[in-house]
Amino acid sequence: MHRSLREKLWAIAVWSVVVFFVVNLLAMIGSVVVNSFGTRWFNTWLPAGFTPQWYTMAWAEFHLPDILVVTAEVVGAVVVLSGLIGVPTAYAMARRNFPGKPAVMLLFLLPLLVPPITYGIPMATVLYQAHLAGSIWGVILANLVPTVPFVILIMIPFVEQIDPRVEAAARVFGAGLWRLFTQVLVPLLTPGILAALLLVLVRTIAMFELTFLTAGPTSQTLVVALYYAVFAAGVRPGQSIDAMAVVYMVTTLVWLLIALQFVNPTQIVTRAKQ
Amino acid sequence: MGTLSLRRRLRERGIDAVTLLVLPGVVFVLALFVYPFLYGLVLSFTPREGGWLANYQKFFSDPFLYDTIWLTLQIAVPVTLLNTVLSVPVALRVRLMKRQRLLTAILVIPITLGTVMVAEGLLTYLGPRGWLNRFLLELGVANSPVRLVHNYWGVMLSLVINGFPFTFLLTLSYVTGIDPALEQAGAMLGARARARFFRILLPLLAPGLAITLALAFVQAFTVFPSAVLLGAPAGPTRVISIVAYQAAFEQYDYPLASAIAMLMALVQVIIIVALLGARTLVFRGPASTGKG
Repeated sequence: MHRSLREKLWAIAVWSVVVFFVVNLLAMIGSVVVNSFGTRWFNTWLPAGFTPQWYTMAWAEFHLPDILVVTAEVVGAVVVLSGLIGVPTAYAMARRNFPGKPAVMLLFLLPLLVPPITYGIPMATVLYQAHLAGSIWGVILANLVPTVPFVILIMIPFVEQIDPRVEAAARVFGAGLWRLFTQVLVPLLTPGILAALLLVLVRTIAMFELTFLTAGPTSQTLVVALYYAVFAAGVRPGQSIDAMAVVYMVTTLVWLLIALQFVNPTQIVTRAKQ
Repeated sequence: MGTLSLRRRLRERGIDAVTLLVLPGVVFVLALFVYPFLYGLVLSFTPREGGWLANYQKFFSDPFLYDTIWLTLQIAVPVTLLNTVLSVPVALRVRLMKRQRLLTAILVIPITLGTVMVAEGLLTYLGPRGWLNRFLLELGVANSPVRLVHNYWGVMLSLVINGFPFTFLLTLSYVTGIDPALEQAGAMLGARARARFFRILLPLLAPGLAITLALAFVQAFTVFPSAVLLGAPAGPTRVISIVAYQAAFEQYDYPLASAIAMLMALVQVIIIVALLGARTLVFRGPASTGKG
């Protein structure tokens, strides 16, 4: 297939869009990192000097140790609970046809299709009336709303891949539901569970809206604390906010790198594809 | 005997102990998603004062409130179209790449970082002393720093940075689901690239594009952190989620906030139904390999 000049020009144009996007993205990340180490930075390409002082400042001023502990607690609880609720539900959805199954499927799709801020406001209202919002449990419950259906939808195809005869054999040998899960299904489903839970982890670290609407002063995660820091910019030097942003970026990107060992990048967005 | 036959009858309809495992998931979503939504709907019709429609009357009589729908659409519609239109040619190119993974991994970074981080990054990068303005000044394109933050353009650009990778990866997954043999058949019959795109690929891609547009639109329509941090939340980027948030958490008027949230949902539903309705008009039967 020979290519005409017009096709070549078109290809160059398309690649320029990609290169332009990636260069600006990397420059955006780079400027945050450089600024977080910079001393004074005015009309030059790079700051006048470099210093780690903004990190020690951010560490103390933004109470980063406390925030990191809360973030770890929230994310850990969300990962474990969404796995515990989601995997058995996905198993039943994959293996049984029951009346009303399409409606149940729609029920699991909706929290993934509706943007968090839309349902987050009524949900936060209910959680405040139940005296759960403001505490770490309110934040965990709010974050579970999209992650439980997410785990279910990711796990259904993984369950469908397993040969039902394996389960039938386990049943014949007298395994109950509990042993079937712990000794047969979970080992077979490990790759899927790992992928689903890593994606939940990455998404929960970055989940701003739901955490923001339900968190109190002692239940802020890193991303919400970063929002408040940027919101109140001017109170503290911009470099210390960028230092906090770098801490946040490192936290998310390390987990993204780990997740990418097990999942395809397109899986991160195609969760709700129908 | 009675319980046994009941159990058997249930099993014949597909209900047994395994089926009951859906209950935790169903109960959870009902309790924390459906119930709050219905509660919010009822709450929106029980205003703090006035008749049952008072919240909605208040919204549509105060330009400071109802203008937010128009303002939000002015941001969300162009950025959704831009991201999706850019995604299609790029996805069609990247589809032919052997090593897509590095590019897709780079593009997934802004999605992972989230809107707050991108807002802070753009504040530094696009600000008057940032690298972009430095570049424009050195190049002589601009004489003074171009104002790109704390206005409409800041929010727009943040929605491109967060939204383009999303629409691109979604489009890519639909594009790779199209059987390449169909396009080869077209080429063999003498169709040029342009004809192959408009006559073969685009019709097959249309259902996926409708979903991509719908998902990208609802995300852009509910823009919140970047509209506050990177925009002018008192002026041109006073989007609908800001007024909903302010009603709930600054005025503590939960009924009004619920009414605004319901209107947000309504606009989203209207746009999605319109897009998916358009999809059924152009949909010409399944020809993808099941991946899309």
